[in-house]
Amino acid sequence: MALPKHASPLEKIWHYTYLVICTLVFIFLIAPILVVIPLSFNAEPYFTFTEKMLTLDPEGYSTRWYDLLLTFGMQNPGAPRDGMWWSDAWANAAWIKAAKNSAIIGFFATILATVLGTLAALGLSRPEMPYRRTIMAILISPMIVPIIIVATGMFFFYSDVGLANSYTGVILAHATLGIPFVIITVTATLVGFDHSLTRAAANLGASPTTTFFRIIMPLILPGVISGALFAFVTSFDEVVVVLFVADFDQQTIPRQMWNGIREQISPAILSVATILVIFSIGLLTTVEVLRRRSERLRGLTPG
Amino acid sequence: MGNVSSADAFVEFERVQKSYDGETLVVKDLNLSMPKGEFLTMLGPSGSGKTTCLMMLAGFETATHGEIRLDGREINNIPPHKRGIGMVFQNYALFPHMTVAENLAFPLEVRKISKTDREAKVKRALNMVQMDDFGARRPAQLSGGQQQRVALARALVFDPTLVLMDEPLGALDKQLREHMQYEIKHLHENLGITVVYVTHDQSEALTMSDRVAVFNDGVIQQLAPPDDLYERPHNSFVAQFIGENNKLPGTVKGRSGDIIHVEFNDGEHCQALAVQAVSEGEPTLISIRPERVSVGRDDLTNSTDARVLELIYLGDHIRCRMDVHGNDQFIVKLPNGAAKVPLSVGELTKVGWAAEDARALDPL
Repeated sequence: MALPKHASPLEKIWHYTYLVICTLVFIFLIAPILVVIPLSFNAEPYFTFTEKMLTLDPEGYSTRWYDLLLTFGMQNPGAPRDGMWWSDAWANAAWIKAAKNSAIIGFFATILATVLGTLAALGLSRPEMPYRRTIMAILISPMIVPIIIVATGMFFFYSDVGLANSYTGVILAHATLGIPFVIITVTATLVGFDHSLTRAAANLGASPTTTFFRIIMPLILPGVISGALFAFVTSFDEVVVVLFVADFDQQTIPRQMWNGIREQISPAILSVATILVIFSIGLLTTVEVLRRRSERLRGLTPG
Repeated sequence: MGNVSSADAFVEFERVQKSYDGETLVVKDLNLSMPKGEFLTMLGPSGSGKTTCLMMLAGFETATHGEIRLDGREINNIPPHKRGIGMVFQNYALFPHMTVAENLAFPLEVRKISKTDREAKVKRALNMVQMDDFGARRPAQLSGGQQQRVALARALVFDPTLVLMDEPLGALDKQLREHMQYEIKHLHENLGITVVYVTHDQSEALTMSDRVAVFNDGVIQQLAPPDDLYERPHNSFVAQFIGENNKLPGTVKGRSGDIIHVEFNDGEHCQALAVQAVSEGEPTLISIRPERVSVGRDDLTNSTDARVLELIYLGDHIRCRMDVHGNDQFIVKLPNGAAKVPLSVGELTKVGWAAEDARALDPL
């Protein structure tokens, strides 16, 4: 934003103040995330920058905490690193187990949340739907109600029906948390949806099912993908519900980090955080690129 | 009214009513039958029920009462996707994520027509609307007129016998609209399809239709061929809605055969053709088309004084606003020919018209 030539001194002062404020806000948001990355390469078991790190001495840096992610929980971490060692890590390393759990739970919770959330959004967007606002508010409530309340409620309810301490329980719980995101993104896409297209499809002889899969679904897909991404990320960094509902077998990455902080505080969680930041950026970029590409291919945006 | 007997009716509305809220009727007692191959236009102001009628025929709205028949079969309970009626939507409703060719192939695909037949039909339909080279484009890459043609081709590609059009030319500019009117008309003639066309543009209705149904207030006011509608309107609404019209309110004073004697509010008298108001003492509205008024002659049955208030030059004719019988919005069209009458604003002259051209209608 360039400053116009006719700007008065006061406007000039405000212009630069504004830039400073923007920069500060940006630093405030991004610094805690970025600072974790160099710290995760610390050679010492501390959460501070050592003398050697500040002087950029290679000796101050190491990848030992990344290595610990693999070895921690292994039966024989000291063995030579051959096929046996790797299969031991794959089977027993605590962080790898947690990552597997997170992936499984995240995947199924996302599928469930996306299907249910999309259906809900489609129903809620119909003009003849009664009590639309009320139902919408109820479906969105997991996002608004404090998570600890939701988690406590789920714990007691799932214990009664025998779902607590099971994969199914955690998946259902995470799906509940993900549904509001899908409803919101898909509803937003449906606002711009031209309903004469469904009429046109019916008029051309397509049954309601064909119309859904050939016309409605391709057009709301960008919203569905965004919603699914949010649902996945919600499940991926959720810890409170996991603490309540999951058993030792269903340790996820956030739960493992929680354990790590309580038991032996080490920069290992910083290396996990770094990996997660990179993973998240990668995931977001990929999905966004795919979404834009599909939008362009579908002729929804010119060029 | 030129109604078709029930036996050869292709589309039939019988005592159809429609209400959205259960209280007010949007369509009141609609009876309409049209033969195969006809081009029928539903014309009327917005909110007159014409689009609702079209939607009921397409199956997107259900009739509250009455029966709708297509080719002798009642279709009230048939869902839209099983009716096999082609339709051109107001905003074209082309599928944005499909190419033009895919859009056209869609109705054929859902009908499980083989790929080779499909391609041949799509090609023929594109050729029909002169869009042969546009099959690979997406709707967003086409101009309004081109999208219109694609929508038309898509409504025709699966060979429906009945095609509905809901103000399809509304979004086009004037020149393109007129061009498309002729094109649609020719397609109708060449393909022998039956068309129900909805519009609020009266010139469009007159240009294209075999018959026009003028809607107002949920009722068909008049159903007639275009020339009848213009020259022999049945009531004041039709006279006013179709073309330009001069209105002179008066009272019926006497009657001899078809001709009635009318007294205007300023005490002057006039002979008029009885259409609606017939009994003595009743109020009436005399309707005269601007081009049926002669200026500068006093040898006609009805001849009176007129003061010129305004002259507007329109190229092929001159529009003259006059004060006649106390109506200062009385319009006369003067052809801009060799025999044009030189008039000037403020001048007092004579105007006259034949008794048959003054139609006595219901008072507004």
